[in-house]
Amino acid sequence: MIPASFDYSSPKTLSEAISLLQQHGADAKILSGGQSLIPLMKLRMAAPKHVVDINGIDGLAYIKESGGFLTIGALTREADVDASQLVHDRYPLLADTAGVIGDPLVRNLATVAGNLAHADPANDHPATMLALGASVVATGPKGARTIAISDFFTGIFTTTLAPDEILTEIRVPMPQAGSGGAYLKVERKVGDFAAAAVAVQITLDGGSFTSAGIGLTNVGPMPIKATRAEKALVGKPAVESTIVEAARIAAEEADPAEDLRGSVDYKRSLVRVLTARALRLAITRAKGEH
Amino acid sequence: MTTRKITVNVNGTPREGEVEPRLLLVHFLREDLSMTGTHIGCDTTSCGACTVLLDGKAIKSCTAFAVQADGREVMTVEGLEKDGKLDRIQEGFHQEHGLQCGFCTPGMMMTTYALLKNNPSPSEHDIRWGISGNLCRCTGYVNIVKAIQYAAQKPAE
Amino acid sequence: MSSTTPRTSPEVGGMGHSIKRKEDARFLRGQGKFVDDVKLPGMLYLDIVRSPYAHAKITKIDTSKAMAIPGVLAVVTGELLKQYNLHWMPTLMSDTQMVLPVEKVMHQGQEVAAVLATSRYIAADGVQAVEVDYEPLPVVVDPFKALEPGATVLRTDKEGKTDNHIWHWEAGDKAGTEQAFAQAEVTVKQDIYIPRINVASIETCGCVAHFNKTDGKLTVWMTTQAPHAIRTVFALVAGHVGLSEEKIRIISPDIGGGFGGKVPVYPGYVIAVAASVLTGAPVKWIEDRIENLQASSFARDYHITAELAGKKDGTMQALRFKTIADHGYTDAAANPSKFPAGLFHIATGSYDFQHAFMEVDAAYTNKPPGGIAYRCSFRVTEAVHAIERMVDIFAKDIGMDPADLRKKNFIKPDQFPYKSQFGFEYDSGNYIGALDLAMKRIGYDDLRKEQAEKRAKGELMGIGISSFTEIVGAGPSKHYDILGIKMFDSCELRIHPTGKAIARFGTKSQGQGHETTYAQIIAEELGIPAEHIAVEEGDTDTAPYGLGTYASRSTPVAGAAGAMAARKVRDKARKIAAYLLEVAEEDLDWEPGKFFVKGSPSKSKTIQECAFAAYTNNPPGMEPGLEAVNYYDPPNLTYPFGSYICVVDIDKGTGQVKVRRFVAVDDCGNIINPMIVDGQIHGGLAMGLAPALYEEINYDADGNIQGGSLMDYLVPTSMETPSWETDKTCTPSPHHPIGAKGVGESATVGAPPAIANAVVDALWHLGVRHIDIPITPPKVWALLKEKGVAE
Repeated sequence: MIPASFDYSSPKTLSEAISLLQQHGADAKILSGGQSLIPLMKLRMAAPKHVVDINGIDGLAYIKESGGFLTIGALTREADVDASQLVHDRYPLLADTAGVIGDPLVRNLATVAGNLAHADPANDHPATMLALGASVVATGPKGARTIAISDFFTGIFTTTLAPDEILTEIRVPMPQAGSGGAYLKVERKVGDFAAAAVAVQITLDGGSFTSAGIGLTNVGPMPIKATRAEKALVGKPAVESTIVEAARIAAEEADPAEDLRGSVDYKRSLVRVLTARALRLAITRAKGEH
Repeated sequence: MTTRKITVNVNGTPREGEVEPRLLLVHFLREDLSMTGTHIGCDTTSCGACTVLLDGKAIKSCTAFAVQADGREVMTVEGLEKDGKLDRIQEGFHQEHGLQCGFCTPGMMMTTYALLKNNPSPSEHDIRWGISGNLCRCTGYVNIVKAIQYAAQKPAE
Repeated sequence: MSSTTPRTSPEVGGMGHSIKRKEDARFLRGQGKFVDDVKLPGMLYLDIVRSPYAHAKITKIDTSKAMAIPGVLAVVTGELLKQYNLHWMPTLMSDTQMVLPVEKVMHQGQEVAAVLATSRYIAADGVQAVEVDYEPLPVVVDPFKALEPGATVLRTDKEGKTDNHIWHWEAGDKAGTEQAFAQAEVTVKQDIYIPRINVASIETCGCVAHFNKTDGKLTVWMTTQAPHAIRTVFALVAGHVGLSEEKIRIISPDIGGGFGGKVPVYPGYVIAVAASVLTGAPVKWIEDRIENLQASSFARDYHITAELAGKKDGTMQALRFKTIADHGYTDAAANPSKFPAGLFHIATGSYDFQHAFMEVDAAYTNKPPGGIAYRCSFRVTEAVHAIERMVDIFAKDIGMDPADLRKKNFIKPDQFPYKSQFGFEYDSGNYIGALDLAMKRIGYDDLRKEQAEKRAKGELMGIGISSFTEIVGAGPSKHYDILGIKMFDSCELRIHPTGKAIARFGTKSQGQGHETTYAQIIAEELGIPAEHIAVEEGDTDTAPYGLGTYASRSTPVAGAAGAMAARKVRDKARKIAAYLLEVAEEDLDWEPGKFFVKGSPSKSKTIQECAFAAYTNNPPGMEPGLEAVNYYDPPNLTYPFGSYICVVDIDKGTGQVKVRRFVAVDDCGNIINPMIVDGQIHGGLAMGLAPALYEEINYDADGNIQGGSLMDYLVPTSMETPSWETDKTCTPSPHHPIGAKGVGESATVGAPPAIANAVVDALWHLGVRHIDIPITPPKVWALLKEKGVAE
């Protein structure tokens, strides 16, 4: 499996990269971690004429809290997220997710931003960012703009990113006190995409949910934000009956297709089971019990 | 066909190449440099037979272009033995029968190298998790786990 | 009861010593020499155009765009090969297989044309540029439909062929079995499908073919488990174009796992050879993983209807199998000629049946050919899976514990040698001993208690047993041959003047550690330290002729040849020792490493002294030198066995099966190297787990492969694989020179039913009788839902 020929640039600055994208338009592809792009190129399912390798641009790899957000740079690797004590302490949903993407070797190169920008509904971070209410920063010729993650995905492998824009940063709102999250994924084996996975981020106050985010992975043509299930939680006590009802609704919001990972019924049921389990885990984490 | 000049530090030695951008790192090592210890087992970034260290991190060299390694450090299985002395990982795989056909072994050992650097005293679960991007068809993994435990108990060089 | 105490010192390293492997030195340093590591000056690269259709007429192959790419030298097509009558080749089962098609393709992924280029990358570009026009034909995927009247006839190349039936084969006593079933108190019947899988060795297949136009010699480095047989096949198939057997050299270099997948001759090898003969340049062909999964030989694909008859008290009386074998578009299995269904008739297993009968019908379908082993001896896994599942179903139907039922029906130790209803003579066994040890190791009774408690709480836990009997070491020349060549194997042993040795064998290690274990066998026989015995295999110019390594035959056949050759050497050394000590041969005793005069142990000659004398001071009238050759024709097969017990927990929400524990008690007779034997068992268990829970190759109605890359063909990682627990009993083979039986495949054969039985055991009380492997989470969940217990 050999990729088709292409021209290659390795810009040293963001502006250089953006002008290359402007120059080559739809013929260009951005190479960051490459763990989705290069396999597609080897299979010749992708054959960009020009590859813009952004790995040489300084200052794009970071994980830090600032301005009310956890900010993650375009070149931050999954392994770095997984290794971050800050993330493990304050963003368990993100830590869970980074730990189940691909396999340990893939995670050393794969980036969180690439996982989002590739917009594969089977990818894990889209659901997580939907649950977290994150936003992304797109930088192009006219400067940077912020896009709410719920407006980012437009279809299978498509986003609102313009061909000359680069996803430069991810912004996750800092959690309020009493928050907890979890990502639960059923995969056929390590390294597989999810048969179904559920991301949950909740905040508790006085034993009731004050906010809830639920994202669903690989159970529809796009990552799904389970808004009705979220609504079924907010304002309700964090008890088993609430959880069960929200999980039931989340399953309704899933729109899976049958494939080698299972039937429609199976996947829908997984969403229900995983939503309930993720909520229970998120609650224990919110209470500081886990 | 445009080519690019690259210089990659492989096992401590700068190696130059004139490569097509599409040349995969694994082919640069195996074909251009004739270092055939790094193997190829799949097309889909699944098996890990091609694992090398890029700037100290274990990666699948079938899923990186050689041009991406320009100016960087690559370590392969050929770089494990130092001054005629086997690395503790090589010793562990030998002592604990952690290899059979030997095809996945170089990749498995390179993953182990990075694993032990980040986590000098891994639990069995840490080890199994750490090597889960490397497939082995011969050993059933039991003796690979033991080999890594053996290595972890020896001081690193 | 485990292995015998070693007779030799650790320095000698004969049988029973866990000496470290000699072959490790190169592999640990990345200096193994695998086929893709072979690089010759001027070498060209071959890449293959493959069919997207499962059945289609080829109307046009346009190579012009490919030929226009700089570096593309040729596009080999079926029409070109037809000029040399090389477009078809015989299979090992005397069927025929296309090298490249001239008329139509018969499965998705089939070779259509091959591009020869100056680099791997340009060859790949060339493949993409070859334009092929197809006219799709009706696709036959289901072997049952393939055998129905009126089905599209696939093998239109065979004159007069009016259906898709390949062969019918039967064994046993039909009438007696029918009568037993008619009179039985209890009968059970179950359809069991053993799906198509692929060995997926981490190294794929490939070759470097080099035809030297000057001397007419063809050298082929090839991923083959059977280099000598391949040489003969090449000589027979390509004799008409001038390839003569003395001018063919097959070198099987280091092999990155074989498991049966590297026994057949694949079209890619033949095209590479043809391309090298035509160009005079070395030609490399290395299959990629997707090609490997989509077109190399499959294993299994048996649709079995199994029936078992017995008494309410648990006596099993009769067994009957009716099977449809899906062979793809040609029968390219690798079985002994007389046994088109291999050794499937080992199906009576470890039990003393009074009657048995089986029949197998093979069908052509639009799928890749194969029917090779997947780390098992000729269809034994299919047989063991079916019998072990049936025993469990029978036990549960009559309300008996499956362990008790097995013990009641086992062939007892004093019944050996035991003649099975299908005609095999089991050499030795102690089945109760192995099962008792496994039950003790896992704590069987406590687990049953735990299961009852869990069940009361609604939790799903299962315990599964498999007490298998393997049949390996093919085989006696009276019955076993491949393309007429008898299934002996060989050793050529030469002792050097300083008492060191080189031994060459007709087999070929693919990870089994022959360089170490064969040396140990000879060390045991001669007392020469194993470290001073070099072992070589795989080069047909230097090694003696043998049938190769598969079907766990290396130790039973070639290992025996090694022992016998060493004994010949020892016999000659005895004569030399007698001469040197000036006594009669009869006055000498032997202990590993030296002869001594009976009653005077101080008067002795070491094997090294004898060796030196063989070259410097040989007795008058005796040929100088010290070497021997043995071609070993085994008197019988060997019958390793074991009992495995597996504990699983089932997640009621996701349907996931977790193997909590797995205890494997194996008995492979006398053990050469305990460390290597354990390694073989660990690996075999992982390759038993894989088809039980993960791996499967399916086709949709149009013949499109499902699971054709490692993204969907689920080879287990370290995370899915449990930490195997192993133990041994030791019942030597009475007919084998060193009492060994072979072990490489036992675990692959024995493990799947233990796992399947455990899962069904967890669900039986809900009314689940059987689940076909692989037992995937969606399958389990669907059953949980149907039974109303899903979370």
